[in-house]
Amino acid sequence: MKYHYYPGCSLEGTALEYNLSTRALMASVGVELLEIEDWTCCGASAADSISDLLSLALPARNIAIAEKTDEVRDILVPCSACYLNLKKVEAKIRSEPAILKKLNSILNEDQLQISGRLHVRHLLDVIVNDVGPETIRNNLKRALTGFRIAPYYGCQCLRPYVVFDDPEDPRSMEPLIETAGAEVHPWNMGGKCCGASNMNTEMAVGLELVAAILQGAKGADAIVTVCPMCQMNLEAYQHKISCMQNEDLRMTVLYLPQLIGLALGLSEKDLRFDLNLSITDSFREKLAAKL
Amino acid sequence: MNIAINFKRSNETVQASVNLAPVQEMVRACIQCGTCTGSCPNEFAMDYTPRHLWRMVLMDQTAEIFQSKTFALCSACYCCTLRCPRGLPLTAAMEALKQIAARHNLPRYKHSVQFYKSFIRSVRQHGRVNETEFMTMYFAALKNPLIPLRFAPLGIKLMLKGKVSMLPPIRRERPLESIFRKVAELEERL
Repeated sequence: MKYHYYPGCSLEGTALEYNLSTRALMASVGVELLEIEDWTCCGASAADSISDLLSLALPARNIAIAEKTDEVRDILVPCSACYLNLKKVEAKIRSEPAILKKLNSILNEDQLQISGRLHVRHLLDVIVNDVGPETIRNNLKRALTGFRIAPYYGCQCLRPYVVFDDPEDPRSMEPLIETAGAEVHPWNMGGKCCGASNMNTEMAVGLELVAAILQGAKGADAIVTVCPMCQMNLEAYQHKISCMQNEDLRMTVLYLPQLIGLALGLSEKDLRFDLNLSITDSFREKLAAKL
Repeated sequence: MNIAINFKRSNETVQASVNLAPVQEMVRACIQCGTCTGSCPNEFAMDYTPRHLWRMVLMDQTAEIFQSKTFALCSACYCCTLRCPRGLPLTAAMEALKQIAARHNLPRYKHSVQFYKSFIRSVRQHGRVNETEFMTMYFAALKNPLIPLRFAPLGIKLMLKGKVSMLPPIRRERPLESIFRKVAELEERL
């Protein structure tokens, strides 16, 4: 299995452990990642608040570069915001031929062309449907028995494009968690918005949403995420929110490939647990007992 | 149809000529059922509910819309877009209102507009965003020394982890310049 790989800006900085654990996990199950050469920002959630055309042109450039390589059909994207931006281009050039023409007139400035033949895939989609629980079961080195995990999906890998999961009641992570030997924390917050995009400009509003998610996760050993925006939002303000709510809402938050990687025998060092902002002492102790 | 709205910028009254027609096109078929409001995670903090906002858009209440914080609070979760029984692109309509606020630099939305613009400026410089540079630009644009303090604890934590750098990235200069220019040129023609 071979994929184009679009890490996106966060995965080079604030979400470095997502990047490195994704690469480590994929290598361990024999998936090859071809990083898109000289990739640039997809516009994040900033471009579409400024200009529609720019919000399509920025991701289109990366797809056009990937299209130059034959034989690979899919672009793998771990960040949900990047995924949605790239996916939007894929969907729009299929439904609106005028957009394709416009994008090509822009990309032509850089001697690039886009046809739309590539499929944009979220990392979770690829782990669930291409790698699959069977591969995890066959390579299981360390069953995570006794761990209770709350799967958090966030928004943009589920909506508005319904591709690999139920956008109202997402469940796709559950077989992965169970195959890894852990138990799924029953909750209904998995597909609820964490308000990340309001955190910088309207913090009080964002904090409310995060508080509800952390409260819902009580009783779990960890939340797992598949988006750098959600991850940072859920881990960075726990102290503040605990003070506001007057209850201890500290919670370990891991990226999905970090959790699956553990079960496949990768070390905490390979998976860069040192970079996470919130791994609780009790989680570390429980994990140490497993090693 | 363009409607002129007045707003205050540093003690003088400025006028902006706003065209709501593209947004009206998006929500024309709204039946006022309120599914969007019921689905919105940020509705509790809004002054008008999303349902109310769409009616205001269709009724040309331009001045009131651009006094409201409703569209600025949309966090793009796409629940309303997914559930709208008329299949309307409601998240995109919220974005279209944000774009109008950005185009006219409406001071009411200074924080979010400057946030997005600083981000994009950093991307235009280097091709990828540089968090330190972009936050520095954002703070400079806001001209309020208290705001950086709010971000300091997280910023320090991230620096200690080596996740954000103090230095601007060393990369090919302005790899996106021709794309930015061409987009601006095409938008001029609209």
